[in-house]
Amino acid sequence: MIALVAVVVAATLALASPQVVTPPPVSAIVVPTQRSTADSILEARTTEVAKGLRCPICQGLSIQDSPSEISQQMRALVKEQLRTGKSPDDVRAYFVSKYSEWILLAPEAKGFNLVAYLAPALLFLGGLGTIALVVRRWTAAGESAGESAGESAVAQGAVAADAGQSTQPD
Amino acid sequence: MNWRRAALAAAAAAPVIALLAWGMTRDPKEIVSPLPGRNAPEFALGVFAPGEPPLARKVGDTIALASMRGKIVVFNFWASWCLECRVEHKDLSFVAQQNASKSVQFVGVLYNDVPSAGLEWIGKMGGQAYPSVLDQGARTAIDYGLYGVPETFVIDAAGRVAYKHTGPIPAALLQAKIDSLLAAPAVQSPAVQSPASR
Repeated sequence: MIALVAVVVAATLALASPQVVTPPPVSAIVVPTQRSTADSILEARTTEVAKGLRCPICQGLSIQDSPSEISQQMRALVKEQLRTGKSPDDVRAYFVSKYSEWILLAPEAKGFNLVAYLAPALLFLGGLGTIALVVRRWTAAGESAGESAGESAVAQGAVAADAGQSTQPD
Repeated sequence: MNWRRAALAAAAAAPVIALLAWGMTRDPKEIVSPLPGRNAPEFALGVFAPGEPPLARKVGDTIALASMRGKIVVFNFWASWCLECRVEHKDLSFVAQQNASKSVQFVGVLYNDVPSAGLEWIGKMGGQAYPSVLDQGARTAIDYGLYGVPETFVIDAAGRVAYKHTGPIPAALLQAKIDSLLAAPAVQSPAVQSPASR
């Protein structure tokens, strides 16, 4: 009887326990993980390059942000070139050779393009210098006005004192 | 008025105004193509619209730039959804027929469109004198730095891009370009640019 109860309990426990899943072989886990890591790296590099390339039919949009067909085709080409081992610079150089430097959303910092990079900083420094100069002049003008006002007050006080003395009866 | 101060302000503002004025003279939509003068990118594309005799090619045939060395190639990108392509269509067919006996090859490229729509459009437009090919994934279009249609490339006998035209190309202009290339002395073919160099 005890043996029968033990068998029933064991069978019930076996049925109630969660289904045992045989783990997949290690190779089956590792390969997709490696592939997905490589894919995500490729996707990230594609995004990085695509963000810097201008959509040819849009206004100021990158091929990463534009949903247009040509942008998506260009993005696919970027990805394909990166997959074949080209560097991001190689891919950018390819697009520049086809579309000129116009295709780059940020022009290369060389030659006349340096104006675009240096002008804001120079204008900012020039503005700061102008403000500093103006403030200095204002301050100097205020101080000299204060000094002259103080001097005149002193002078007026002296005059008043003299007048007071002169009005005092001997 | 402090004239010295006014002159200083004017001198500071002048370069900025000059830069802005120069910017106003430029068309922001105009992209200067680096291709003219360089080797034309290679292509090998399948015919989907045969064209008409004597310039007809069989559907499914491959037209490759490399096989047209020694000929002037007029390479025109078009689409059935492109309104301006209607403007130039008759001119292109007319010039193609006018030069059929010369060493000139016209090739149309369907850009981001489906062949059935392209064929229907050709039918509605009263035919196309020369064959048109399909450009899957717009790879050739990107290789040619295309940013819209219509765009026409005239490639010389040595395989170099001699001229690029954006927008509808007038018959007289196209004929003048072809004539100037036909009149030019033969030049040595430059090294063929490999498609693998993309």
